[in-house]
Amino acid sequence: MLKMKSFVAAIGLSAIAATSWAADITGAGATFPFPIYAKWAEAYKKETGVGLNYQSIGSSGGIRQIRAKTVAFGATDAPLSGADLDKDGMVQFPAIIGGTVPVFNLDGFGKGELRVTGPVLAEMFMGKISKWNDPKLAALNPGKRLPDTAITVVHRADGSGTTFNWTDYLSTVSKEWADTVGKGAAVKWPAPTSVGGKGNEGVAANVTRTKGSIGYVEYAYAKRNNIAVMALQNKAGNFVMPDDETFAAAAAGADWFSVPGMGLSIVDQPGAKSYPVTTASFILMYKTPVDKAQSAEVLKFFDWSFKNGKKMALELEYVPLPDALTNQIRQRVWNQINTK
Amino acid sequence: MVCFSFCSICLFAVETMNTSQSPTSSDDGMQSVNMAAIAKRQHLQDVVFHRTTQSFSLLVLIALVGIIVSLFFNAWPTFAKFGAHFLWYVEWDIINQEFGAAISIVGTVLSAGMAMLLAVPLAFGIAVFLTETCPVWLRRPLGTAVELLAAVPSIIYGMFGLFVFAPVYADYLQVPLQSVLGGMPMVGWLFGGATNGLGIMAAGIILAFMVLPFVAAVMRDVFEITPPILRESAYGLGCTTWEVVRKVVLPYTQTGVIGGIMLGLGRALGETMAVTFVIGNANRMPTTLFSPGTSIASVLANEFGEAEGLHFNTLFALGFMLFCITFVVLALAKWLIVRTEKAKGS
Repeated sequence: MLKMKSFVAAIGLSAIAATSWAADITGAGATFPFPIYAKWAEAYKKETGVGLNYQSIGSSGGIRQIRAKTVAFGATDAPLSGADLDKDGMVQFPAIIGGTVPVFNLDGFGKGELRVTGPVLAEMFMGKISKWNDPKLAALNPGKRLPDTAITVVHRADGSGTTFNWTDYLSTVSKEWADTVGKGAAVKWPAPTSVGGKGNEGVAANVTRTKGSIGYVEYAYAKRNNIAVMALQNKAGNFVMPDDETFAAAAAGADWFSVPGMGLSIVDQPGAKSYPVTTASFILMYKTPVDKAQSAEVLKFFDWSFKNGKKMALELEYVPLPDALTNQIRQRVWNQINTK
Repeated sequence: MVCFSFCSICLFAVETMNTSQSPTSSDDGMQSVNMAAIAKRQHLQDVVFHRTTQSFSLLVLIALVGIIVSLFFNAWPTFAKFGAHFLWYVEWDIINQEFGAAISIVGTVLSAGMAMLLAVPLAFGIAVFLTETCPVWLRRPLGTAVELLAAVPSIIYGMFGLFVFAPVYADYLQVPLQSVLGGMPMVGWLFGGATNGLGIMAAGIILAFMVLPFVAAVMRDVFEITPPILRESAYGLGCTTWEVVRKVVLPYTQTGVIGGIMLGLGRALGETMAVTFVIGNANRMPTTLFSPGTSIASVLANEFGEAEGLHFNTLFALGFMLFCITFVVLALAKWLIVRTEKAKGS
């Protein structure tokens, strides 16, 4: 018994000792970049002993938490406007780039074997195109036999950065979508056949289960689960498939500092290879944080991740920020954060 | 509470009786002083015990009031904006900040109602079989199986519903139902819509699976408390099993049966994860049994993470509505019980 007690005491002491020299960084927000933040955090902890406690509670939750000052950084997929940032005294910078892809389930069609354009996708998600053999789809896919199957639209039931990215794109390419539905983490889905799935896995499960369905998921999810993805026409008129290269091409031309707070939407970017539904996920921090030491640790973490985390990002089907951009973030954004 | 105070009074009375019988010798005097001390200590113990248990039960009351107040406080902006119209407003538009509770209230009530329609007769059958006609060696394993079913976590039911049940339901129930009944006048419209395995009816069936063990277990337990003498007398008079159940067991256990049904209904109304998986999560008014819809609990589970401003308040308002619905259901059950008791008494 005594042995047991001293053993427990030893564990307790070592835990206290551990926390005394390595206070974990706290962050909360977007679920979309969670896998890569978790992976970076794991590697970073091995190297420095400093852990990251990231709660993937959703973008709005992340904004709420940073405003309540319960975390050292917030993470959001939908960027805050420059005015909001100024009001709260916060800065914002992109940390990682990823994409959302249209997935479908149609007998006889595999990955990339169906071609769509943005406006046609918008009409499918609005319920205006309700059959797979619609003339508009047939015109894009000459020589293919499209079945007379009804289209079931599958969307995210929970509020999500993936939905924001997807509706941001549909709003950009279709004026009607922008006017009647709009963009947001959750929208009022107009198609009469639409059903919601919870999380990427819920959407994927419904799409793989339902014949004639179309949905959208985070790219990594579609790739790892081998779900059929459509080829999507970009602004240059080429049909592209999602991969590291086409995401990077979309991000390459972006002039991040053209928008206050770097809150740039990079959907439907020009460029022959650009994948049109690409997005960045953002980090929010205070200019004059309450806990300066914590914020310094956060910057150290992202500095390390930008330098050493590229391969990890690619492994998880994200696109790391290019060096030129991260250098600019260091010089023009991080210098506004007072950590001393 | 009453019992404890009664006990303490009794004890106190006994002690004082002892002390009042105080004999004359000094030795006995000492003893009576001791007795008084003991009585005092026991009285104190009783008071402490009484107050402690009282504070425990008050804690429940405080929590309940706290929940109601915080729900209402957070929901107030929504009630202030939409007023009573919120109840029957058929709209859920997050971007334009237009919210109504009608869609999710209808979804909640329909799916839970359908679950009860399916589960109650089944549970009744199970309970009757287990208590009346089941061979004794089978009683225990069957009873345990029913109880085990009640212990399955709801997320498991959800996953089972989405990955196993929905495809089977779509191909072997929805498609035949639609082709046979879909063209019929009067009821045909009930079976219209896409047959993709999700929707109000799918949620109702999964909910029926979930509440079945609760209702069945309660019914079995209350059927068992029917005095054997009543039952055997009825059999002795030449009643059939059904007559015994109908005329003896059911009237005797009415209150318990209604209680069991209400327990199941309460669970069906508030069930979250399993419903979220299969109801289809579409914020539209369901038009057929196969339409995807949404329930209050599933909306809360889905949308809380990303809710802001009025949307956030509206989710609290929905929570408050669920609270009210549950309250109304419980009140109705109480009223039903009181009424039947009265009818029996007269």
